[in-house]
Amino acid sequence: MNMLNIKLPGLDLKNPIMPASGCFGFGKEFGNLYDLNILGAMMVKATTPEPRFGNPTPRVAETSSGMLNAIGLQNPGLKHVLKDELPWLNQFNVPIIANIAGSQVEDYVTVAGEISRASNVKALELNISCPNVKEGGITFGTDPDVARKVTEAVKAVSEVPVYVKLSPNVTNIVEMAQAVEAGGADGLTMINTLMGMRLDMKTGKPILANKTGGLSGPAIKPVAIRMIYEVSQAVTIPIIGMGGIMTAEDVIEFFYAGASAVAVGTANFTDPFVCPKIIEELPVLLKKLGYNHISECTGRSWNKHEQFANHRA
Amino acid sequence: MIKNEAMKIVSQQEIAASIYELTLSGSLVSEMNQPGQFVHIKTGNGYEPLLRRPISISSIDKENNTFTMVYRAEGKGTSLLSQETNDTEIDVLGPLGNGFTPEAAISGGTTLLVGGGIGVPPLYELSKRLTKLGVNVIHVLGFQNAATVFYEEKFQALGETYITTVDGSHGTKGFVTDVIDKLSDSYTTIFACGPTPMLRALESAYKETKEVFLSLEERMGCGIGACFACVCHTAEDPTGFHYKKVCSDGPVFRAGEVVL
Repeated sequence: MNMLNIKLPGLDLKNPIMPASGCFGFGKEFGNLYDLNILGAMMVKATTPEPRFGNPTPRVAETSSGMLNAIGLQNPGLKHVLKDELPWLNQFNVPIIANIAGSQVEDYVTVAGEISRASNVKALELNISCPNVKEGGITFGTDPDVARKVTEAVKAVSEVPVYVKLSPNVTNIVEMAQAVEAGGADGLTMINTLMGMRLDMKTGKPILANKTGGLSGPAIKPVAIRMIYEVSQAVTIPIIGMGGIMTAEDVIEFFYAGASAVAVGTANFTDPFVCPKIIEELPVLLKKLGYNHISECTGRSWNKHEQFANHRA
Repeated sequence: MIKNEAMKIVSQQEIAASIYELTLSGSLVSEMNQPGQFVHIKTGNGYEPLLRRPISISSIDKENNTFTMVYRAEGKGTSLLSQETNDTEIDVLGPLGNGFTPEAAISGGTTLLVGGGIGVPPLYELSKRLTKLGVNVIHVLGFQNAATVFYEEKFQALGETYITTVDGSHGTKGFVTDVIDKLSDSYTTIFACGPTPMLRALESAYKETKEVFLSLEERMGCGIGACFACVCHTAEDPTGFHYKKVCSDGPVFRAGEVVL
């Protein structure tokens, strides 16, 4: 019996595990290591209308149980993604979630209109939360009105459901979630990285050339869990959870908080085989915990237990 | 092919101040075919340090299924690694990257190998390959001071070897370039690995007259080309969006290929 299949807007997932955008490129490198067909979905690297080089190096700095990155949305641009990257991914039976970014609303609309027509793109992930670009990115993700407007604009042109990636760098995450839900978002992905900084012991200066970067890894997991716990009770659209997932246990915790699927990011750097490992371990863990299906775990932290009375055979 | 293996420590010893030589055994060695490639090592247990450590391969012994790394215990990760003892298993991902091509040197000709500090180790396997191909090798190896010098005799056994130290406590006082400037111009190829200022100096001085290959260093995330942490501009498009990834396109580049 399949204990892991999940249906979400636009996405028929054989399991709820997918690599997070920005941590997996367009799949080629990991495709050399294992069969990508085992993945539930793939969130590919943020795509902008034009190619971007991104920020100067150093672009990464390690932190306690985490890392800072300031890549700066480096990507080959929409044309190349449509011509080369997405067709290559067509060989896999894996739905693609295309992460789209830009510095103005028109950029999002341009990318969304074209990329949502690629046959294997089953959903968009609207990146309004990148902390590492000077224009756009996070400015769209910290003001509820702006976030709603960009969501509406993208919804108007997209052929596939739109998930909005929320930034944790806000005072009121629920307000942001409700704003994009009102804008027509079909789902949420959360959380993006937390803005942070590290200074060099010898020079006293920032390690990252961009000075600040986005904090990811297990260090941010409690923040993600809290935010998903709050948001999932305040919206009706599903949440793909992310933020420091390293193990199958972490996945269950995200489901308990209110997620319906999850993305694995930084862990791919520590262990490039982490996704296949989690997919293999999940059914065993679910059985041990007494569940027949992973969907029984969603929202257990706040749902009344009676609603889950059927979780034991 | 890139593999992930728990490899067993055959030996580990401090061969100079904070410089460790670590030999590991396992089937992953059969994948190691090129000098100048590196491995990505998980140090410690748990989430700290979180990221792997890229360390270059200094010699490969296919007969015994072992390979050796020489690294400096400096940060948290490498310090933890230096405390591991024989028979402990180390999580190794590799081999990674594109290394040196000894075939670029001319058999019967002379090749210059230039190393700076912890950039010296990958030159050892390279030098072994070159001498096997009948190439005469000259080594110029730079260190901070006498306490941090390593592998001097090993390199001497393969060819002419000059040591420089910044403080003059061993060999020639100064930088590798101080020695190279005085060498006779008999070599046709240069292979180098070390700090970026050293690579830059070699590139600007010899790019036009010699075949120069440089091994770069950059902070890395994934080590396999997926995260875009270690990119550099190409020389043809120094301010545009064309790029090379140090981890998977390099770490070895022909001089003039990328912006240092």
